[in-house]
Amino acid sequence: MNFWKRITMALCASVMAWTVSACTGHSDEKPDGSGDGDLYRTTDEIRADGTVRIGVFTDKNPFGYVDNNGEYQGYDVYFAERIAKDLGVTLEFVPTEAANRVEYLETGKVDIILANFTVTEERARKVDFALPYMKVSLGVVSPDHAVITTAEQLRDKTLIVVKGTTAETYFTENYPDVKLQKYDEYNEAYSALQDGRGDAFSTDNTEVLAWAMKNPGFTVGMEALGSVDQIAPAVTKGNTSLLNWINEEIVSLGEEQFFHAAYEATLADVYGTAAAAESIVVEGGVME
Amino acid sequence: MEGYEVIFAGSNFIRLLSGLWVTVRISLISIGFSLIFGFIVGIAMTGRSPLIKALCRVYLEIVRMIPQLVWLFIMYFGVTRMTGLNLSGEAASVIVFTIWGAAETADLVRSAFQSVPVHQFESGRALGLSQFQLYFFVILPQAVKNLFPNIINLATRMIKTTALISLIGVTEVLKVGKQVIDANRYDAPDAALWVYGAIFLMYFAVCFPLSLLSRRLTERKE
Repeated sequence: MNFWKRITMALCASVMAWTVSACTGHSDEKPDGSGDGDLYRTTDEIRADGTVRIGVFTDKNPFGYVDNNGEYQGYDVYFAERIAKDLGVTLEFVPTEAANRVEYLETGKVDIILANFTVTEERARKVDFALPYMKVSLGVVSPDHAVITTAEQLRDKTLIVVKGTTAETYFTENYPDVKLQKYDEYNEAYSALQDGRGDAFSTDNTEVLAWAMKNPGFTVGMEALGSVDQIAPAVTKGNTSLLNWINEEIVSLGEEQFFHAAYEATLADVYGTAAAAESIVVEGGVME
Repeated sequence: MEGYEVIFAGSNFIRLLSGLWVTVRISLISIGFSLIFGFIVGIAMTGRSPLIKALCRVYLEIVRMIPQLVWLFIMYFGVTRMTGLNLSGEAASVIVFTIWGAAETADLVRSAFQSVPVHQFESGRALGLSQFQLYFFVILPQAVKNLFPNIINLATRMIKTTALISLIGVTEVLKVGKQVIDANRYDAPDAALWVYGAIFLMYFAVCFPLSLLSRRLTERKE
């Protein structure tokens, strides 16, 4: 039954789609505008078309967002603009969500995804990741008068974590003698830290850095702890020409310290100091 | 910056309004198509052919069984993957909302027609009315009275469900709201309440006239 319903459904969908597109009159156009079977566009095809389509977030300040004047802004957007400039084409932003980034690439509706895309094994089976341009790990924030700078200092102290985060798993597995105080919500965890119910709070370093900037009296003593996640551009699986172009681009941008400039322009207001830049920015695709 | 100032900062208010226009445009086009196809299918469902009845039933059940979000993904990404055909996000939304709206409308039309007592059909035939005269002058006016409130109810549901289309890249009013909130998350952390409040009023401004319309139309039929 289920099988037949699926078949019927697929049929209905394609018939409807075909009817409507036949009416609107652009039925034969492939997403890549070419006649070949692939859904993606090679670097040459993008150059010939004159427009590169890059998928970015529209509500993830400071990585990809739309400012009060309706302009795209952020660290990912800064890089996207440079890619378009170096390809010599105009840039078309495509608004994407965390839940549809893979689909956008698989259907060739965008050429590149630059949306704070963390490299994971599972995703790497579906899309091709280029070299990383950013990294995320854990950070630990504590009051100025008792700054925690090493994990050893946390021994027998109380560390605040949010349930279900990487921080919870990391400290449970690696530092069993740190007392964990667990909360459901971020704002509860931050209140607990402010009230002195714990000695420090740990979660993603970007998160604690941004919070410490807004809350004087607290310092991020450890900026990069635990396993490091890489953030990289992604292209459709098999689009080697574009993948190679992006990799070469990232390497050559490393020579001019482009991502440090991007950090200064987009992230410094939120995350602060140059030391923080070193725990977030990846230059030339090289992870230390 | 205070939370309420965010709504009018820069071009935010204009962007919210144009987001609302996307919502309204897609809903109205879909509702229009839904009524046309829904009436056709609905009348077919009241007919005698068991095959047509069964087919309509299957269509209705399939549409109801699968969540709208899945339909949107099938139409926007699935169709491209299967056929290479590249529908725009708006076109995909209109198709999905029409498929869904037509199914629901058809079921409403069917039940409205079936709620008209059998003796009305028989009296009409006894008077020698043609099939068209019977349906157009006798049955339809009585059926429509029960139908209007339900259709309006469906229309407001469709308007609210368009919030899902931001997942296939169409920036409608709720998505614009999220963008505005997020752009100001460091300067005005309490903006969310104000922006969602403004969006609430916008949805209300669109849906309330519809229910007024429904009330007036029903009263006139009494």
